[in-house]
Parts: sequence; structure tokens; C-alpha cells
Amino acid sequence: MTVNTSRRSFLRGAAAASAVLVVGIRPDGALAAAGNPSMLTPFVQVGADGSVTAIIKHFEMGQGPSTGLTTLIAEEMGLSMDQIGYDFAPSNPQVYNNTLFGPMQGTGGSTAMANSYLQYRQAGAAARDMLLQAAADAWSVDASSLSIEDGIISGPANAAPLGQFVEAAAALDAPTEPRLKDPSEFRLIGNPDVRRLDSAAKGNGTAMFAMDIRRPNQMVAMIARPEQQRATAVSVDASGAEGTKGFISAAILPNKAGVAVFAENTWAAMQARDALSIEWDTSNAETRSSDQIEADIRTALEAEPTYNVNNADVPAVQAAIDGADTVVEENFYFPLLAHAPMEPLNCTIEQTEDGGILLHDGCQIPTIPHGAIAQIFDLPFEKVQIKTVLAGGSFGRRATPSADYQVEAALAFSLTDRSRPVHLVWSREDDLRSGYYRPAFGHKVRVGLDGSGNIVGWEHRVAGQSIMKGTPFEAFAVHDGVDHSSIEGTSDSPYQIPGAAFGLTDTEKATSTLWWRAVGHTHTAYVMEVMMDMAATAAGIDPVEFRLAYLSGDGADQTRKAGVLKLVAEKANWGNPAEGRSQGIAVHKSFGSYVAEVVEISGNADDGIRIEKVTCAVDCGVAVNPDLIKAQMEGGIGYGIGHNMRDKITLTDGVVDQFNFPDYEPLRISDIGEIEVHIVPSVEAPTGVGEPGTPPAAPALANAIAAASNLRVAALPMEDNGVFFA
Amino acid sequence: MALSLKINGKTQEVEADPGTPLLWVIRDELNMTGTKFGCGVASCGACTVHLNGEPVRSCQTYIEDVEDAEITTIEAIGDNAIGAAVQQAWVELDVVQCGYCQSGQVMSAVGLLSENPKPSAQEIDDYMHGNACRCATYQRIRAGIQRAADILEA
Repeated sequence: MTVNTSRRSFLRGAAAASAVLVVGIRPDGALAAAGNPSMLTPFVQVGADGSVTAIIKHFEMGQGPSTGLTTLIAEEMGLSMDQIGYDFAPSNPQVYNNTLFGPMQGTGGSTAMANSYLQYRQAGAAARDMLLQAAADAWSVDASSLSIEDGIISGPANAAPLGQFVEAAAALDAPTEPRLKDPSEFRLIGNPDVRRLDSAAKGNGTAMFAMDIRRPNQMVAMIARPEQQRATAVSVDASGAEGTKGFISAAILPNKAGVAVFAENTWAAMQARDALSIEWDTSNAETRSSDQIEADIRTALEAEPTYNVNNADVPAVQAAIDGADTVVEENFYFPLLAHAPMEPLNCTIEQTEDGGILLHDGCQIPTIPHGAIAQIFDLPFEKVQIKTVLAGGSFGRRATPSADYQVEAALAFSLTDRSRPVHLVWSREDDLRSGYYRPAFGHKVRVGLDGSGNIVGWEHRVAGQSIMKGTPFEAFAVHDGVDHSSIEGTSDSPYQIPGAAFGLTDTEKATSTLWWRAVGHTHTAYVMEVMMDMAATAAGIDPVEFRLAYLSGDGADQTRKAGVLKLVAEKANWGNPAEGRSQGIAVHKSFGSYVAEVVEISGNADDGIRIEKVTCAVDCGVAVNPDLIKAQMEGGIGYGIGHNMRDKITLTDGVVDQFNFPDYEPLRISDIGEIEVHIVPSVEAPTGVGEPGTPPAAPALANAIAAASNLRVAALPMEDNGVFFA
Repeated sequence: MALSLKINGKTQEVEADPGTPLLWVIRDELNMTGTKFGCGVASCGACTVHLNGEPVRSCQTYIEDVEDAEITTIEAIGDNAIGAAVQQAWVELDVVQCGYCQSGQVMSAVGLLSENPKPSAQEIDDYMHGNACRCATYQRIRAGIQRAADILEA
């Protein structure tokens, strides 16, 4: 086996390899006929004992697809939730692809339910119909006379558990168009009493995360990385580590990006790494500081944007604003942010008996590391397997276009004789200082109002660091030069703003930019909703009424956005905060879902604030698991508020200034009060919930602070403006 | 060198330097993986275990200092009534999301209820401040502790 360390062409390699992968698991039961009696469809496995397992193609980082997709199978198969288990799918981009990503298996963009809703229901319905047909054959009755409930198939004269018919069902052809339940027949979909399937294991310590994988005779690897991105290792002196009990060896990675330290256990690896003496070549290293990143962005905002995003007549918009009765303007700045999932990045890699490679990983986009590993070890695609296990959070970090940590593990493993599995472990410092961040962005907005407070012009410039350019995702995310993830939530907002001009300028990257929970909406929602509030204030119109004026169209986009806005205003008793409290509101559409939030605070910018209550209204189409949706709104709100309140990643001469949680303080339990979530009843197709709760939270907080203090926070985090939690 | 530790009622001989953090002995020597590594500097609480019934951060607790202590981890906390009540409440309210911090949350919650059977929301916030949850499951943690208190009172 040769080791190919070029990362550049791995995706092409993956695509080529997957193109010849014609997999035997098909929804027509072909594999079942070939000797595996249990696989009725790629998404449902039924044991001879009648045990049913949903095969989950999305990874579980806490957002709930293992429960959600299992619910869909159980619903259509007529099972109760305690009669079904789940397992994560193997890496196979032909069978388990995300239908919204193309030929790629992966989780992201809040798509798990949106792309699985019909697919998993159809799979469950097909399995059900096959079992009913097998029972009908056995009993010599018509299948239409049979039904299934709680795992029991019953008809006019017979009843038996489904397990009796598994073997016969597996020999049948799967129906091409199984009958899906009518929503009036749902018992599990939409049922608020359906519980998470992973609660018990996560509360008693038995849940297995990637960090908990223990393979026989495994060793631990940690990587010593340069302080500046793109520096390379020249030499390593490991003599200082020789005395560390459990230290095995150290060697420069084949791509020179770092030095791998091998040890018998994690503590030994940490100590040995600290004892290495490494010479780095910094001639191509990143040396910019975050002050320079900010200056570049602020300079870019003063110039005509490179891209006219919505083909606006910019001079006409500028003339309308210049001639307006009132002009409201603001410059915004958003710093780099780390994802900091609770479980530090890690994965375990080993060689299988047939010379292939097996990766154990809380794997977000299996197709990328799958292709990368095949490339590194010069193996055919099918000789690489990925076993997906629970991930302790991600917020986007576990999905990189470069498969960064899995590639590190593979390169480290390639330095060994492959007789021992290698568990690559990152520390918290490695995580915060890794260089993969929510990019920095700036916005410059001018809004003109006429004498009645109507918007007559909205000129909006965005400048920042593209996430998608230079990655394999560029082809589908960048159009006519515009990286959609830089401007999503602005020009495509449901607001019908007359005379709007949106422009974008890319600035140079100094770190690796990466999607971060809600991606572009993390800054665009803030700007849109704070500007709306500022304009409403200048117009002397209630902020809810002001927004509704631009949502008066009868398109679904407008009515659904207006719907959550009105609902949250009603539920939060908008306009009548309790004594000593102030309210702020924001509403935003992202990932197909509409979310409005009211943040109610006590205190003010001078004395410190307390978040007393957050009220949220969400319209995400059919609410498959209402309690999981509420949990995602609660978590998304906390994620948005925590970071925007006090976090930022900064660089000095290319070196990250933050090390660990003490300098990147997480939201704490004492920082946030009650959160109340209301779900809009809907029959629309289900859309995402993992991310959409995050974008409105920070602007709603900013608007509450403005109501309390007359302070408009335009450069984040809020603590940099003197606003602290009381 | 060999040290003797009493973990979950069982005496375990471990071969490790005296200055090794308890966390790594539990996870890597004894392969009890319920106790989590989150930050290594006692600022997230994911590694919380009990020493003689009191929650401590095992990443900053060294084995040479705990040879005489009764150490309890998440694997055994359900054996006592408070631990069982907290775990029951966690399931009833679906507190968890990613779940990685929750072993530590449960261990701290048991510590709180052991010294204060009926904590107010403010007392919960004060006590649980050091246990970070990046998924921000805080309001369910608060509700879970109050539910556990009710279960124990019943």
C-alpha cells in the first residue's frame, strides 16, 4: 500500500469510486433474497424474532434524528416506540445519500427530517405491506383485510406477531408505491408524548461516543500543531518525552502539518506532546491579526460591492435614500467564532483483516472522509468502512470540506505498522485553536424612510470571508461569484422591501472558514432584525406593526413569517413587559423554517442584564416530534445568545489568542431564564429545526437591550460594548 | 507505581504515576467511559465524579490524593436513591441533547440534592454554574432537578 498525502483530489476520487459502487441493498429486497433475511428495505431491518431496527442515515449530535427517523418507520409499520430500535447506517453514498446533497451521505443544513420524511415513511410502509402480504399468503386471505398494530398483524380470523412472517416477506418484491398513512391516522407523528430514544443511556453514562471507543490494543495519538496556520514541521526532537510513562513515539505527519505523538493512553500522549521540541517552517505561515481582518472588512464596506446580489438599480436606491425624510444607518461587525462542541474532536482508525480500513467516528459527512481515507491508503472505496457513533455536539465543526481530523487520524495511522488501532484525540485547546471558525463579516446598511415612516430605500452591503469558495462545495453554493452562504437571509428574505439593493464583497481569509450553526443567518438575521427595529423606532411605529407592513403579501413566505411573528407577540404579551423589564423581538426564516422570538430582560446596559424569559414561535411544517422541536429551539436560542453575548476568537500575528473555556466562556445555566416554545400547526412538508432557533435570538436580545438602554450593539460580542450579565 | 483506589465500592489496583488525573485513570486504565473529558481544566464539569459523596472535577484531581476516598462515578450513581431519581427525571423530561456533558450534570445534580433536597431555581443556578452544556439544555436541567426533588419527596 502506498500513502497518498494529496488532499486536493480526494473528492474526485470519492466520486469516481462511488460511481462504480452498485450496492446490493436495494428497496426491492434483493439483498434479502440473497441470504440476509432481515433487510426489508435499506432503512428497515427486521430480525427473525420480529425485532425491528431503523437504519439511520443521519448522525446524532443531539438534534434528534435517531428518534425522529425511527418515529417515521414505527408510524408506518404500526409499531409502538418501544418495539423498535435504531442503528446508524454504514457509509454508502448511493443508498444513504442526503437527497438534498446529491450523491453524498451527510448531515447539515437542518435537512435530516426534510430529506427523510417521505423516504423513511415509504420504507416503513413498504416493509409493512410486505409483512401484510406474507401474512395474507399464509392465511389465504386478501392483504387488504389485514392490519398491523403494536407489532401484531390481525385479520378477520387470525392474529400473529409480525416476526412470524419475516422470512416470507423478505422473499417478496417490495411494493413500488406503498400506501402512506393519511395524517388523520397518525399516532406517533405529531405526538408530544413520544420521547427521545437516547435519554436513558445519556443519563447513566452507557451511551457510547467516539471518545469512548476502546479497541483491543489501541493506542492514542495526539497531534502537535503549529501556532500559525500553514506553518510546517521541519524536525522533531522527542528526547524530552522519553521519560514519560506510556510514550511510544513521535513523527512528523506525511503532509508536514504537524507531529503525531503516539502513547499508550491519553494522559501520556498529552504529557509527551508537551515535552516535544519541534522546529517549524513559518515562511508560508499565516501572520495576520484579527484587527487586520476587521480593517479589511470595514474598508471593503466603504467601496462599491463586487457583486450586485439582487441586480438592483443601485443609483436609484441611493437616490431614494438620499431624498428620504429620515435616514437610518449602521455598520455591523461579527467576529470569528469557534463551535466548541462538548466532545473534543476524535476518531479511531484501524486496519481490518482483509487489509481495509475501518473508522469509528461521530461522522457528520461520511462520504468526505471515506474518499479521503481511500485516497490516503490507495484503497478502493469499498475497502473503507465508517462506523458512525454518537457525536457529542458539532454545530458544524464535525463537517469540514477537508475532513480535517479524519485525515489527521489516517495520516498518523499511516506512520505506524497498522498492527494497533489508533485513537486520535484532540484537547479543548486543539479545538478552540484549530483555525476552523465562523468567518468574520461586516454589514453596512442605510435605510430611507418617508414622512409616514415607510421604507423608500434599503442599501445593504455585506463583506466577509466566503465559506464555500475554494472547497468542493463551491460548484453548488456559489453562483455568478456570489457565495449564497454569505448573504442568505438578506436578499432572499420574505420581507417585501421596496427599493432594496444587496451587495457582496469577499475579503481574504486568514483562517479556515466553516459553517457554524445557522451559517450566514448568524449575521444576516442580526442585521436585518436590528435594522428593522431601528427603522421602526425612527418611524415611531411599533416594531411588530412595522415588520408586518412588509409581510402583507399573500405568498406563503409572507403569511408564514407573519404568522410566527403575530403568534410570538401574542404569547409574550408583546408591548406589556412586567415591571422593570424590557422586550425585544426578532423574526427570521432559515432552512425553510420560520422562527420569531421575544427576549424579555431585566436590568440595562449600565447595571447588567438578566434574561428573564424567551418566548419562541416556530413554523417548521409538520411537527414530527413536537418535544424535540421545542428542545432544538431552546438549545438554538441558548447557542445564539451565549456566543453573541461574550465570545470571539481573535488572532495576534496569526496566533489564536484563546486557549480553553476560561477565555471562550460558554453560556452557563445562570445566564438564561425560562424558554417557552409554541409550534404553529401545519400540514406543510417538514423543514429544519436544528439551526433556525439560533438566528433570531441575538437580535431579539439586542433589541431588548436597546429598549432598556438606548444602546444599539452593532459590533459583537455584546460584552465588548459594556453589556454584561448581571 | 501501583496505587489502590476505591471506586464504586470496589478496590482497584492501578498502575499509574501518582500525579495522574483521576479522570484518565477512570477512562483509560479502568475503561469506565461514562465520565467525560471536556476541557481538562475544571471549567466545564463533564468529568464530575463524587469523592466521599461530594462532586469534584476528576480532571484536576490527582490519584495520589484520593487513595483513601470513596469514589463514585456515573456508572454507579443510580444505585443510590437520589441518583436514581435524577436519572428518572432526566428520562421523563428528555433533558439530554448530544448528551456528552450529562454524566457530569447528573453527578452535580445528585450533589446538590444531597445537601439541599428542595432547591429553588436560584439555588440550582448557583450550584450548577460550573457544569457547561453546549447544547444549552439548561432549562430542562433546572426542571429535571426539581422533578427529582419531587420524586424523592413522594
